[in-house]
Amino acid sequence: MSLTQQLLAQNTVRLDSKIPDAPVPDMWDTYKSDMKLVNPNNKRKFKVIVVGTGLAGASAAATLAELGYQVDAFTFHDSPRRAHSIAAQGGINAAKNYQGDGDSVHRLFYDTVKGGDFRAREANVHRLAQVSVNIIDQMVAQGVPFAREYGGLLDNRSFGGAQVSRTFYARGQTGQQLLLGAYQQFSRQVGLGGIRLFNRCELVDVVVVDGRAAGIVVRDLMTGEIQSHAAHAVVLATGGYGNVFFLSTNAMACNVTAAWRAHRRGALFANPCYTQIHPTCIPQSDEFQSKLTLMSESLRNDGRVWVPKNADENRAAHEIPESERDYYLERLYPSFGNLAPRDISSRAAKRAVDKGLGVGPLKNGVYLDFSDAINRLGRDVVEERYGNLFEMYERIAGENPYDVPMRIYPATHYTMGGLWVDYELQTNIPGLYAAGEANFSDHGANRLGASALMQGLADGYFVLPYTIGNQLAPMLNKPIPGTDHPEFKRVEQEARERYNGYLNVNGTRSPDWFHRELGKIIWDYCGMERTEQGLEKALSELPALYEEFKKDLRVTGDGNSLNQTLEKAGRVDDFFQLGMLMCRDALDRKESCGGHFRAEYQTDDGEAQRDDDNYCHVSAWQWGGDAMSPNLNVEPLEFKEVHLATRSYK
Amino acid sequence: MSNHLTNLTLRVWRQKGPNDAGHFEDHAIEQISDEASFLEMLDILNERLINDGKEAVVFDHDCREGICGTCSLMINGQAHGNQRGTATCQLHMRKFKSGDTIVIEPWRASAFPIIKDLMVDRSAFDRIIESGGFITAPTGGAPDANLIPIPKPVADSAMDSAECIGCGACVAACPNGAANLFTAAKVSHLNRLPQGQAERYKRVEAMVETMDEYFGSCTNHGECEAACPKEISIDVIALMNKDYRKAKLKNRKDLSRT
Repeated sequence: MSLTQQLLAQNTVRLDSKIPDAPVPDMWDTYKSDMKLVNPNNKRKFKVIVVGTGLAGASAAATLAELGYQVDAFTFHDSPRRAHSIAAQGGINAAKNYQGDGDSVHRLFYDTVKGGDFRAREANVHRLAQVSVNIIDQMVAQGVPFAREYGGLLDNRSFGGAQVSRTFYARGQTGQQLLLGAYQQFSRQVGLGGIRLFNRCELVDVVVVDGRAAGIVVRDLMTGEIQSHAAHAVVLATGGYGNVFFLSTNAMACNVTAAWRAHRRGALFANPCYTQIHPTCIPQSDEFQSKLTLMSESLRNDGRVWVPKNADENRAAHEIPESERDYYLERLYPSFGNLAPRDISSRAAKRAVDKGLGVGPLKNGVYLDFSDAINRLGRDVVEERYGNLFEMYERIAGENPYDVPMRIYPATHYTMGGLWVDYELQTNIPGLYAAGEANFSDHGANRLGASALMQGLADGYFVLPYTIGNQLAPMLNKPIPGTDHPEFKRVEQEARERYNGYLNVNGTRSPDWFHRELGKIIWDYCGMERTEQGLEKALSELPALYEEFKKDLRVTGDGNSLNQTLEKAGRVDDFFQLGMLMCRDALDRKESCGGHFRAEYQTDDGEAQRDDDNYCHVSAWQWGGDAMSPNLNVEPLEFKEVHLATRSYK
Repeated sequence: MSNHLTNLTLRVWRQKGPNDAGHFEDHAIEQISDEASFLEMLDILNERLINDGKEAVVFDHDCREGICGTCSLMINGQAHGNQRGTATCQLHMRKFKSGDTIVIEPWRASAFPIIKDLMVDRSAFDRIIESGGFITAPTGGAPDANLIPIPKPVADSAMDSAECIGCGACVAACPNGAANLFTAAKVSHLNRLPQGQAERYKRVEAMVETMDEYFGSCTNHGECEAACPKEISIDVIALMNKDYRKAKLKNRKDLSRT
């Protein structure tokens, strides 16, 4: 009996992924023809809470409001337009086959399953590929100014892990333009009264009554007031948890609190160890650095990655002759070359730097060189494609990439793990949904470039508006618990005590200090390469540091007005608990797959070695009362359409 | 390699709440690497304030990549500081020199009330977008994306104005506290595109009139363009004014009502 089967027999929660009974390509159509509908006049009788206003949240809220549901939307930002989706640079994938280069829904589906190292749920991925084409239509209708050819048709570029050009883009600001499109559609509904917007409001807990999500408890960041909101359904579109590393490409306020608080109320957290390290970020320059900046993967279309062959090299890049350079991605992965997937490119960069071949003052980067592209295409074409990225690089690094190669190094960028959801994007708590990066479902163990924007918008525009209706239909005219229910009062009281608690520790260290120390442990032991020994070390150091956090935290100011230090304390608390689960999950998964690389499980040439006999499953963890004692549940993964195979990009 | 700046004085605006009087507070920064970003310097200051048991300086910031538009700050009297086309979060200390006194204030505009210290409330921008800064295209009904070819120059110029990050520097830099550059950037983005034509005149009318409820009037100082971290040209204001005038002439019924 395989380990998966043994673990399945020990599940503490019944996990029903609700995959439609149909061949994979027909599943979504089958679902849609069988689903229950809510009459247009009855939709207004239902209230839906959407937390987060990034691509997934804004598109879900706008569409649900257009359909007629009452929507309450929450963001901790000053404006919904600030969500971190805005920072995505390179593009969005869609199986339009506008280039006539052989793309299709099946190929996008296949690339995504393979790119995810066969650890995603086929049914969800196929639906994602199917609706990808609708996303582009929808966003163009919203006025998103995608790049165009001279004839006026849409332009595409290629991205890592694909051999077709299926990525739509708007300069290096695709995320910004898509988010503004969704934000404008969302704002129209705010103006029309379909959405009530609560800005500068942070979710601090989820309320579950009789096993069903009844609403949320939020903290008004301006006044510190704790308030309750009740609804028929709650959607968490609250992003990923990459900031557990402290240094990441995430925005400063990105956090895991919403997902984590849902987890503590019973929602399973799936595959927390699947984190993505993006290969092209600007290397760290100093100890005090607060965040890392990503340089779009699209740069790898024209940039060539190399390091000097000699570890003692100290000449400037242009003085090093071709024969003394190692274009290692082109050498190791000839068919994908510089466009090898993210996990593979990142590890290759790490190996080069670990061998002492790194470049730059701290020898902590590799070159991304555009001189060939500039010679071949001319500076104008390169500027047209990447001008704003080059400017951004120059502002941060103080060097001009037209003259000197960029220096890049991997950094934490995206988290594939997240709340466990079924085919309807519903967590195991009925009425509680997770969308976008906050759920786990589509990217397996590694996400391909330009697929995050696709997934966020697919979930919000084309999945949730159907699946929520299916679940709400039977609830018509049935009463739901209001905010005067004792459970709301109890959860509110807990939240008040929690935040007062941070203020009353009166220790000596700031929340940022603890966050930085936490991040170092996670990066060292649960980063690009993991070992049993390292993870065990992390699991002994983390609880000790967490105890210190509880005893020695210092939060100045008060709880009755805007207090960013207090907000941060709550977020760091949750990152600690998540960090322990991440390490536990990484220790438990005795194989390498995608972004999860266990040094003990690799092939002779250093590639990830999966163990499909024992680990072809989703690890979904149940809160067990404290951060160190979670219960493992598994969902076996079945591959009907794509055959399990070793990933090769050679 | 990084060099260090020494002996900086930060003169920071502190204000407890919207209805309290504010004041400047001086802080000495003895040494800081020139590789540090401006906001990392404020992080270091805040860490020190917390260690001293004092309340940290409140300021808005998030992506630190110059794209979310959350960061603000008047630095030595200039919105986002003196580096052209650069948001505060992308400003690095290599642009300053040892011995400098750096004055840090919030955006100053009556439409942006101060919340606390350096943080202001910019929700009036959202009200402008809600009133008309969109194309009405409910989910599900969109035709194929390649059905309407959009000439590249049109797509490019729409993109030029769509780059606005909504930070509010234009308003803060304007002697009148006008939001014409912000509003016109959105009008110009949507009104140039074929998809935006159906609502072209309704849009500009609604947005301009909402803008006028909150913000001052434009008298062509051009300070907004100089302060804009995305270097959006004031030409977009001309397009907005032209469309607004046309809208008023096109719809005499509306004109007689106002």
